[in-house]
Amino acid sequence: MLTFGTGNKAVAMAVRDAKPVVVAAYPITPQTEIVEEIANFVTDGSLAARYIPVESEHSSMAACIGAAATGVRTFTATSSHGLVYMCEMLHMTAGARLPIVMANANRAIGPGGWNIGAEHSDSISMRDTGWLQVYVSTVQEAYDATIMAFRIAEHTNVLLPVMINLDGFLLTHITQTFETVEPGGTSSRRRQPPHAIDINNPPGGYGTLTPGDTHFKFRYDIERGMQASIPIIEETEAEFARRFGREYHLYEEYRTEDADVVIIAMGTLGKEMEVAVDILRNEGIAAGAVRMRWFRPFITPPDLDGKDVVVIDRDYSFGYGGVVALELQAKCNCNPFSVIAGLGGQEVTFDDIAEFVRIRKPGTEHWFGGVDD
Amino acid sequence: MAIPDEEFLLKTTSACAGCPSSLILRYVTKAAGADTVLVIPACCTSVIQGVYPPTTAMNLPVYNVAFASAAAVASGMSEAFRAEGRKTNVICYAGDGGTIDIGIQALSGALERGTDFLYICYDNEAYSNTGMQRSGATPLGAMTTTTPGGKKDHKKDLDAIVAAHNPVYQATACAAYPQDLYNKVEKALSIPGPKFMHVLAPCPPGWRFPSEKTVEMGKLAVKAGLWVLYERENGKLTITGASKAAMKKRIPVEDYLSVQGRFRKITPEETTEVQKTVDDMIARLQREVDGIC
Repeated sequence: MLTFGTGNKAVAMAVRDAKPVVVAAYPITPQTEIVEEIANFVTDGSLAARYIPVESEHSSMAACIGAAATGVRTFTATSSHGLVYMCEMLHMTAGARLPIVMANANRAIGPGGWNIGAEHSDSISMRDTGWLQVYVSTVQEAYDATIMAFRIAEHTNVLLPVMINLDGFLLTHITQTFETVEPGGTSSRRRQPPHAIDINNPPGGYGTLTPGDTHFKFRYDIERGMQASIPIIEETEAEFARRFGREYHLYEEYRTEDADVVIIAMGTLGKEMEVAVDILRNEGIAAGAVRMRWFRPFITPPDLDGKDVVVIDRDYSFGYGGVVALELQAKCNCNPFSVIAGLGGQEVTFDDIAEFVRIRKPGTEHWFGGVDD
Repeated sequence: MAIPDEEFLLKTTSACAGCPSSLILRYVTKAAGADTVLVIPACCTSVIQGVYPPTTAMNLPVYNVAFASAAAVASGMSEAFRAEGRKTNVICYAGDGGTIDIGIQALSGALERGTDFLYICYDNEAYSNTGMQRSGATPLGAMTTTTPGGKKDHKKDLDAIVAAHNPVYQATACAAYPQDLYNKVEKALSIPGPKFMHVLAPCPPGWRFPSEKTVEMGKLAVKAGLWVLYERENGKLTITGASKAAMKKRIPVEDYLSVQGRFRKITPEETTEVQKTVDDMIARLQREVDGIC
């Protein structure tokens, strides 16, 4: 059904259509509209879920863990401080191999001056928790990625939680048209993971004190699930395209075939840079763009050999650098020009992105705007 | 009510000799029966249940969770079971640190939301699992590894905090009185909604008394009025068991304090203060029983 709404509303409608049994909810700007919309769906009966209005984000993830442990589908949403507040439980979710799905509205972390603008530092600082992380760039993609997240998370080869990341305000609060789907067979009300609590057969311990050698194996199993998720993501996206006509790939390329310089970013900047590519092409610069969608598992973009690479990070690891740039450098044979831009909702236009390409100095770092060089 | 022979706590725990928390859990699980999940945060019980492979000393599913999260995990679990039409008991079994300190926010939220579960705090008055550090439940004058000179603050009144949430059922119990404990767990689980029990757990190594005196120490606490057995149902307080006599006539608190090594450094002024605190609490409970509060 064709409709229109914000990124938040699209996520909430996708959750309605995926039919989770338990939703834990705690408000935080700019995600709040998601849990408000879901509350409306539960109240008007269009979603038959138990809605738990918890008292903190730590408890929202804890409640999802308790529910998911019994084998039911669960969802929650958060942002920024909420995400880092539940950090402990994020680790436990992946450790317990529970396929919980969560939306995160990317937002800066304060204080140091409170800021609620878009920034990826919240989710990127949770990169080692064992969650899959996908970054979306349009309202339609927010809907579609949320629908697909349940299926990917619950696949028995994966059994890991999935975080859908959407830029705070820049996507959570903008309105676009989007189409909803009838997922039918892509979701079921109850998908029993093989390790769900079973009272009768036989009772056991979940999270029992575990010796080092077994713990080591469990860690390795999480990484195996993470790697196994890549073909499952591709399979899910292919089936989604077949059934609903919208195509997604592990990353999104734009005019890269003959490009000499490739711009790489995640989230809404990834769309903005397509316009920058067109501007640069008109100037005779053979630019292309790759929007990374999956940060965990880290899926390396296509062959970057011999090309200049400009990476825009809406995040920073203090004492190290732009995280996406440096992870790419570690995984690919490239020497990126690392641009730090858009922190705290800083405006970054397609003209700005085109300028990053013009001034690029491979192997250096550039803080965009307001910083003395 | 007759206590069944069936055991859910198996004879394989690595608990200390004279451990009250395993004693309490034995009767809790007998009263709860087979259709029960135990949610256990970090505490002594999460250790004494044994190590992986995933069979535990409890012949029931055990879900071990993060320290602060027991009541919130139980919330999700209970809602999921009820959504599926299952009546499975969800019981949090947590120590005093996991309840009174780090877990109190999640407990408060779960009680306020009307979660259908039973939260049991077994209170050994310190972080015993990590070697006896002070908690909000440690009483005035008690030595712990982080109060080597004796604690200078009073025990936090957890029961008053819980009572302010007006749960459908609230009770205290003590490891020394298993029948009273059993009856209360059985009654609690027969009522839908949020239930809370606070159970005194005299800990031999932590409190520094001989391991064969766990029951004796619990009885002394009740006889001195330091621990009062009661239940509060629909807002009505009922004193139970051995505490009925203690409401009228008590042994001096000194008889309880002097037999525990942890009170070795308590001052006479502090002992007097403990006695006064007990007398005030008994008077307050009596007023509530008499309906004049």
